Amino acid sequence: MGRRVAIVGVGQTYHKSHRPDVTSREMIREAVTAALDDAELTIRDIDAIVIGNMDHFESINYVDTYSVEGSGGVMKPIMKVSTGGTTGATVAIAAYYHVASGLFDRVLAIGFEKNSESDTTGAIITCSDAIWDRFSYSGAIPSLATEATAYMEKYGATQEDAAIIGERDRNNALNNPFAHLQRPLTVADIMASPMLAYPIKLGDICPRSDGACACVLAADGVAQKITRKPAWFKAAAVRHTYTWFGDSTDYNKGLVSMQRASKDAYQQAGITKPAEEIDVAELYLPYTWAGLKWIEDIGFCGPGEGVKFVRDGNTHMGGRIPVNPSGGVISTNCIGATAMLRVAEAAIQVMGKGGKRQVPDVKNALATGFGGCFWSDVVILSTERP
Amino acid sequence: MDNAAIVGVAQTKYERRKKDQILADLVFDVTQAALDDAGLAIGDIDSVVTVSNDFFDGRTISGMAVGDAAGGEDKNISTVSGDGTFGAFYGLMRVLSGYKATIVVAHYKGSEGSVPITTNGMFDPIFQRPLGIDAISAAALQANAYMTRFGIREEDVAQVSVKNHGNAKNNPCAQLPMDITVTDVMKSRKIAAPLKLLDCCPISDGAAAIIIANEEIAARTKKKPVWVKGVAHCCEEYLLGDRRLSDPVALKDAARRAYAMAGITDPMAQIDVAEVLEPFSYMEPLWLEGLGFCKPGEGASLIEKGITPMGGRLPVNPSGGALSANPILVAGLARLIEATLQVRGEAGARQVKNAATALAHGFNGPCGQSHCVWIVGGKK
Repeated sequence: MGRRVAIVGVGQTYHKSHRPDVTSREMIREAVTAALDDAELTIRDIDAIVIGNMDHFESINYVDTYSVEGSGGVMKPIMKVSTGGTTGATVAIAAYYHVASGLFDRVLAIGFEKNSESDTTGAIITCSDAIWDRFSYSGAIPSLATEATAYMEKYGATQEDAAIIGERDRNNALNNPFAHLQRPLTVADIMASPMLAYPIKLGDICPRSDGACACVLAADGVAQKITRKPAWFKAAAVRHTYTWFGDSTDYNKGLVSMQRASKDAYQQAGITKPAEEIDVAELYLPYTWAGLKWIEDIGFCGPGEGVKFVRDGNTHMGGRIPVNPSGGVISTNCIGATAMLRVAEAAIQVMGKGGKRQVPDVKNALATGFGGCFWSDVVILSTERP
Repeated sequence: MDNAAIVGVAQTKYERRKKDQILADLVFDVTQAALDDAGLAIGDIDSVVTVSNDFFDGRTISGMAVGDAAGGEDKNISTVSGDGTFGAFYGLMRVLSGYKATIVVAHYKGSEGSVPITTNGMFDPIFQRPLGIDAISAAALQANAYMTRFGIREEDVAQVSVKNHGNAKNNPCAQLPMDITVTDVMKSRKIAAPLKLLDCCPISDGAAAIIIANEEIAARTKKKPVWVKGVAHCCEEYLLGDRRLSDPVALKDAARRAYAMAGITDPMAQIDVAEVLEPFSYMEPLWLEGLGFCKPGEGASLIEKGITPMGGRLPVNPSGGALSANPILVAGLARLIEATLQVRGEAGARQVKNAATALAHGFNGPCGQSHCVWIVGGKK
């Protein structure tokens, strides 16, 4: 659709549980500086900026105008896109449309969150309708716990099966100097961790991180002058279906938004066999069960096959389709940045800049965003110009 | 820029309190009405942008409340957190990127929030918030800076309020159509010097929607397409003290780029009508200066010279503007809708004769930190 667009540089902070040494503005600036350095550009080269986070968390209204000195947006066009946990991906996708439209050649996309300055649960429950949803089914963990329980009941998956995902991602994080949690977890560690909401234990769920991520996107014709290996957008798909949590409770359907978004993305990219044609995937998995069931919804394997697919090693480093070489969300969760980190890490894989976490011979990389009321976004990046 | 047109518009009546409808109801109504206006069905829309603000709604992921109502089911739907003019810009970029028709829908309920608390939240949490500063007191600072610099009297800017509330009588959607005088404004309750009650916008509830489409769709919609000729936005520094509040440089930059896209070299001559976002009376002359309609300091004399009232050379805010109805975020989209109605010739009693090219404007942030300028016209 429109002009071809590529990511030509990415940057992120070293994610931590607390960054008392910086304000959000300064934290954003770290990521932006890193991204510009990666692309060998200066802020003067940037034509427009898109930024996003979840306002209620830090309680700063209008973060786009607030952070303008940190983002480099002074006397530039800047706009804010905000869609819950999916924000990082929808910001990257909005930046994609900025360039694809023909109006801007080089656009900066920024996601950030300073979770240490927020009451995450206090804020997140306000996303649910105050009358119908909030008192019965609210916050991030309860809805996921119900989904996990239904999956275990339907397919006989166990808590140990899910724990493999946590072990995998936390191990992968050791190769990623930016990841927040840098301590491996075994299945036994996860099984022994405190229960939060059955069956989700502390070891099954993501941390709260302070961090920022920035991507530089450029137009066809411009991207090739910036880097030898642009990460081309082959697909960008968004499905934010469900307004009410009550509508999301037919677990037999699976993650409907992911099914639709991935179908749209594969169509755009001309992909018919995802597990074969995608070389690496950075999936937004906020908790371990997602790594079993959402890979079915995204078409890596069939319904009910997630456990076997994972246990056979397909998604581990060296496997058929490595998932989350970066350590994923279970190792780092700076919410407004998290989905953008998936896109950025996918770009890193395509550009060959993954260092110890690089998957060999990457042509196509897939990134997802998740959040809101079981919403999904899918981005496919490639070495191949579409 | 490829051709893209505004093909459908809808607004609710703006009111102090819409207690019989939740936000999703308002959004559904304007979504349906905009589709009817365009002669399109929800299936013709392939992309959706909602416009809302978590603080104002008291809900994080504020777009979630209205996703279904805006027709977002199984579509690419996203949310811009900012004025409706910025949301519309994102909608436009999606159409230019290949989508056929994007609906952009904004909502706001002032009756269910507190402007002092939510706009206090725009300011730095450590150094500024404890002062109790909010959008209104910040505006008062800007008014003082502007009026002191150019020797503008309170009576001069009061004329804006008289004009706009009077214009609102011709706008069935407006919340506060009123026959008032400069004396009425001067006597009204002091809010934050020099702003008095009648220098300020009301608290409003409302929603609005527009549909932007590509040329192919525009050829078959019901109404005359209103083409996007130019659009740009720009943002200044964050801290009020780092800015020169009487010199709207971000607005000037946005206007310059929008005019360049639209081929406008003489705004006063080439633009027939302007809808600018003026929640405070002094903002209208200040923004008109930033838009290049007159020299700095002269904005406040445009009414007396007969230029910006109805029947003048450049009528400004025939709709009554934000002074007559200010559902925040929606109000910028309403300016774009009014500009569209003018170019279509559908503005009824507030129609400016032979309006071929119209300007619409909105902003984000305290004292107009970030501005978005649209030029729309009847010719491709």
